[in-house]
Amino acid sequence: MLVNQFLLLAAVLFCIGVYGVIARKNAVLVLMSIELILNSVNINLLAFSMRNGSLDGHTFALYIIAIAAAEVGVGLAMVLLMYRNRRSIDLDELSEMKG
Amino acid sequence: MFASDVLVAQNIGFAIIATIMVIGALRVVTTNNVVHAALWLVVVLAGAAAQYVLLAAEFVAITQVLVYIGAVMVLFLFGTMLTRTRIGAESDLNNKNLFFGIFVALTLFVAMAMALNSEFGSEKMPANPAVATTQEISDQIFGPYLLPFWALSFVLLAAVVGAIVLARRD
Repeated sequence: MLVNQFLLLAAVLFCIGVYGVIARKNAVLVLMSIELILNSVNINLLAFSMRNGSLDGHTFALYIIAIAAAEVGVGLAMVLLMYRNRRSIDLDELSEMKG
Repeated sequence: MFASDVLVAQNIGFAIIATIMVIGALRVVTTNNVVHAALWLVVVLAGAAAQYVLLAAEFVAITQVLVYIGAVMVLFLFGTMLTRTRIGAESDLNNKNLFFGIFVALTLFVAMAMALNSEFGSEKMPANPAVATTQEISDQIFGPYLLPFWALSFVLLAAVVGAIVLARRD
């Protein structure tokens, strides 16, 4: 196995996630794209952990999983609030939020 | 001889799983159905768990299955249900930044691929990596990384309280 194959896979997933964040309008789908990005970071951390023969990457991957769970919880609560106030979760229609 | 056979099997496994993951990720960001997107995301997350096993990280793989496929996916399906997104195909899930998004993603990928190729070209993984045991990982978490663990506990507490405060009706 090469080091690069894991890193390239993570890069592909990261870019697909970035595309999703930019191009999607539905807030739940944007959150899903963020999950893709976080997962690609985890693959990177574990690949480097194996390359360097150290366990630090495992610890950080576990922390990132916990942070992602918290982020999804708060994010979906915000989406719910948005739906309750506006009957729509299209991010493009949130234009009056600007200062 | 035996070790090289194992490595070939690992490479074939990696290729199959990686292909499935990339196809699943592309479907997540292109499908017109929010529930289908969530289910394709399950495919990607399960593929990531399989890659973690290939990377000798079994505890992280199990945690990935429990937390992501178990909990986060239920949250997503509940979010889809509670916001009454139409169950079925929808036409206006993308905004008008489509081509800008493709441009940014492709540029980013080309830049990252060039950087990775020049840095890690054909460097190989260690042939016989030690599988990380749960005990070693817990020694890490409750040893040198105890302070981030505490901080993480506070983040989770704040997230739980924040989610309840945001979502309650009053």
